[in-house]
Amino acid sequence: MTGSSLERVVLVTGGSRGIGLACARHFLALGDRVAVTYRSTPPPAEDERLMALTCDVTEPDQVEEAFSQVEARWGPVQVLVANAGITRDLLLLRMKEDDWAAVVDTNLSGAWRVAKRAVGPMVRARSGRIVLISSVSGLMGVPGQSNYAAAKAGLVGLGRSLARELASRQVTVNVVAPGVVDTDMLRSLGEARVAEMKALVPLGRVAAPEEVAAAVGFLASTAASYITGAVLAVDGGLGMGL
Amino acid sequence: MDNEAAFDKFKSCTVEVLQVKPEQVTPDARFADDLDADSLDLVELVMALEEAFDITVDESELEGVETVEQAFSLISSKL
Repeated sequence: MTGSSLERVVLVTGGSRGIGLACARHFLALGDRVAVTYRSTPPPAEDERLMALTCDVTEPDQVEEAFSQVEARWGPVQVLVANAGITRDLLLLRMKEDDWAAVVDTNLSGAWRVAKRAVGPMVRARSGRIVLISSVSGLMGVPGQSNYAAAKAGLVGLGRSLARELASRQVTVNVVAPGVVDTDMLRSLGEARVAEMKALVPLGRVAAPEEVAAAVGFLASTAASYITGAVLAVDGGLGMGL
Repeated sequence: MDNEAAFDKFKSCTVEVLQVKPEQVTPDARFADDLDADSLDLVELVMALEEAFDITVDESELEGVETVEQAFSLISSKL
């Protein structure tokens, strides 16, 4: 089996299903020690090797608690995948203050919070990997996703600023922009919308979460040591050129 | 804690975080020019000092702190 046998400590937020779970399983298969956070849905029982932590990334205390628990068990987080995210799709005219705030607080501020907490030990260790899960929506814009797309695009600015701040300490920060991925989040949008989106994808299909996890895994690997501030689209060509 | 002991503690934090020799940590040493500290180094140093001395340093208090003496003065004022 190829890959690192470095047994790194990995934390994936929103790692109990979808892209997050696929990422977690990817790292587990490499032999890493993997913790996932979730808000309400725990990971499947068969993923028993995962350290599963309840954590709402909109709550700084819970973020602190989650990190403390991982550190107590395995030591500092060496690879952070900031993946926790929600949608509240509504056309702007129908979108309420809370629909905006909740999505931005979870998807963008949540990533900021976990990155902030992870960075200290990474800086001291002079090594680390942060991967932020953005979305092709953030780059293209999507009707009904003014909140989601804004937050996801925001992750690019966040990621690149952190990439520049932390580069001198060999901490790389990159962004993965998935396109249409087969997850609960996608299914919640309804068949009609999914079909619409699929029709726009040059490769003509939706992605499996594992295909996004592979990109995340690559960026977290030693092979990607010279890659920082990059936005890697895993979207079947949907957002190419953006 | 007396002044000398405090300075020793301050010096060892500085040596560890900035990876410099103890002899370099003189009162008039400038963090940026003499101790080769970049902005991230300074953040790390402040965090280490906060932990070592059990104090908190507000961002605004770091304004104008450029030398070892100025930094130590700030720390001592909180002890």
